[in-house]
Amino acid sequence: MATRAQTPRAPRKKREPSPTRNSPRAAAEATSKGNGSQPKPNSGKRNAKTASAIEFDRANHRPALITPEQLEKLIATLINDGFEVIGPTVRDEAITYDPVKCVADLPAGWTDEQEPARYRLKKSDNPALFGYSLGAQSWKTFLHPAEARLFAAEKQNGAFHILNNDPIPAVSRALLGVRACELAAIRAQDRVLLGDKYRDPIYGSRRESALIIAVQCSHAAATCFCVSIGSGPKVSDGFDLLLTELVDANGHRFVVEPGTDRGIGLLARVDAKPALEADLAAVESALASAAQQQRKLDTAGLKEFLYENFENPQWDKISARCLSCANCTMSCPTCFCTTVDDATDVTGTHAERCRRWDSCFTQSFSYIHGGSIRTSAKARYRQWMTHKLAAWTDQFGSLGCVGCGRCITWCPAAIDITEEVRAMREGGVRADA
Amino acid sequence: MTAAAAQFDAMVPSACVLKQVTKETPDTFTLAVARENGSGENAFAPGQFSMLWVFGVGELPISISGDPSKHDELVYTVRSVGKATHALVSQKPGTEIGVRGPFGHGWPFQAARGHDVIIVAGGIGLAPLRPMIYEVFQNRAEYGRLVILYGARSPRELLYRKELAAWARQPETQVLVTVDYGGIGWHGHVGVVTTLFKYARLHPARSVAMICGPEIMMRFVTRQLQEHGLQEQNIYLSMERNMKCAAGFCGHCQYGKHFICKDGPVFPYAEIAQLLDKYEL
Repeated sequence: MATRAQTPRAPRKKREPSPTRNSPRAAAEATSKGNGSQPKPNSGKRNAKTASAIEFDRANHRPALITPEQLEKLIATLINDGFEVIGPTVRDEAITYDPVKCVADLPAGWTDEQEPARYRLKKSDNPALFGYSLGAQSWKTFLHPAEARLFAAEKQNGAFHILNNDPIPAVSRALLGVRACELAAIRAQDRVLLGDKYRDPIYGSRRESALIIAVQCSHAAATCFCVSIGSGPKVSDGFDLLLTELVDANGHRFVVEPGTDRGIGLLARVDAKPALEADLAAVESALASAAQQQRKLDTAGLKEFLYENFENPQWDKISARCLSCANCTMSCPTCFCTTVDDATDVTGTHAERCRRWDSCFTQSFSYIHGGSIRTSAKARYRQWMTHKLAAWTDQFGSLGCVGCGRCITWCPAAIDITEEVRAMREGGVRADA
Repeated sequence: MTAAAAQFDAMVPSACVLKQVTKETPDTFTLAVARENGSGENAFAPGQFSMLWVFGVGELPISISGDPSKHDELVYTVRSVGKATHALVSQKPGTEIGVRGPFGHGWPFQAARGHDVIIVAGGIGLAPLRPMIYEVFQNRAEYGRLVILYGARSPRELLYRKELAAWARQPETQVLVTVDYGGIGWHGHVGVVTTLFKYARLHPARSVAMICGPEIMMRFVTRQLQEHGLQEQNIYLSMERNMKCAAGFCGHCQYGKHFICKDGPVFPYAEIAQLLDKYEL
């Protein structure tokens, strides 16, 4: 336990937007150019009271109804309040979360087809703005950034001092289009990064200043299994506003429920009208349709099962296919692991320490003096899956999987976590060697 | 300072002046680092570790190997095995290194009071156990017999040789040392550390054992201890995995369901007994 060597650099993944494009500083500059003077977003606390009178009838919990035009107004209001609104857009033939300025930036009429190792965007006749399921990217890109500077330091005559120790992002963000599984993932990361002895200030500051506009799904991708996990498709809490998009004979509209006073205030400012019974029935039927899912994961006794099956021949079968590419961990909305890089400038007097997403699929992840602990792909896949579906429960009190299916879609070898668990269970428990 | 800034300090090192570097073996050095206020939050318990940062090079988890009663310095024993450890042991006294911590749960010294203490160390594993040995000698009346079993690869790789000899002269103390390869001039024991058990005078029923060394060595030592009749709940081990943050955020130090940084590095044997013989965990 006395010496441990620094690991080498892990391969860099490309699933997150480029740092320049989405760095808080760049975003702050972009926003400040857009709006000359702007009020600060209110205090950053999730349950902060808004000053505006509450016209919306919260006492009766009556959901409201807004049109796409009012959604436009909502986005404009948020931007005017100083928020950077991040929502779904189409980029590189996929849904990505990027800054949006208006409804026209949203992926109207796009839907996605997902299968193991397959993702395609498709134009549909339905003008829905949220007709897709999920892209590769998750909200951790904005809350637990892929790259963050921990500190910079300057050295003089053998002594050094720490500079720029400021984890606070320059701009508060409104996250538009957060699905039920993604809210569950955010809760899971809250527990890891904020819920223990130490609190990660980089995540914490972004999380606390974020305004969340959740969107309930009205259909599931073939890779979805949130029903098995119990994380969706219905959103129960953790949002400021909750939208359900409806497109039918009664028109294109959104049923909106506020989850916080801040959400109530926003609804009042876009003149939301009360929703009708027919609209609420349509929400229920949309959710019922989203709950029709092809994939299932039997979570009963799963923790004990995986602990008991540390040696199971199925691990060898998986590792014969697994490329250890780390796509599953990069696209997973709960995966939180990071590594650090130290660098100096050419004079050696200015140093920076940066944190980057890391993956348990790399050899260097488990490196200690003398070599890596998990040298085989089998050991690394087993670590990942056992952590998600077993150890996470012991560590943080919930599954580390939210059933979003990204690891299935984005696995180039089409490894399906639900299928692997099923195969292992059908293979039966083998006594531990 | 705001609450957020205070929290952030856990990830940012404090600059501490390196006071002294002592060569222990050809590749292992003991570093003494000055600390301003050791009586408060950064007092340490035997078995805890710090993250040591060399400016612009890298950061390492290193066990504290010094005396827990000395509040003006922190002492670390570092084996130079890679880029960052080499840079660390090459620092000149007077320069500053970054220190975070101390972190983790150390040896159960309070629970061990009133018991005999059996220390079993392999190689550099003696370093995190040395604060525990100091603790026993400083509160000698609180503990029963102290038995130290120590194995290294060769005589020149033995740490703290003068102290080992001095400890051996203390009353109620037995120190046994072995090496894998003796060579010319070595008149002591030869063999792995478990071969020392037949020379050790143990009272298993009233003993607490604390072990640190390579995993394979700890597996066989725990087996030996149990064969000698030590209760499972009186055996403790210090574990090692890759570590980046020491605060439970980076995920690297996971060992089964445990995070070595915050749940360990010292574990009761019962908590990890099922994990010790799992390969590539």
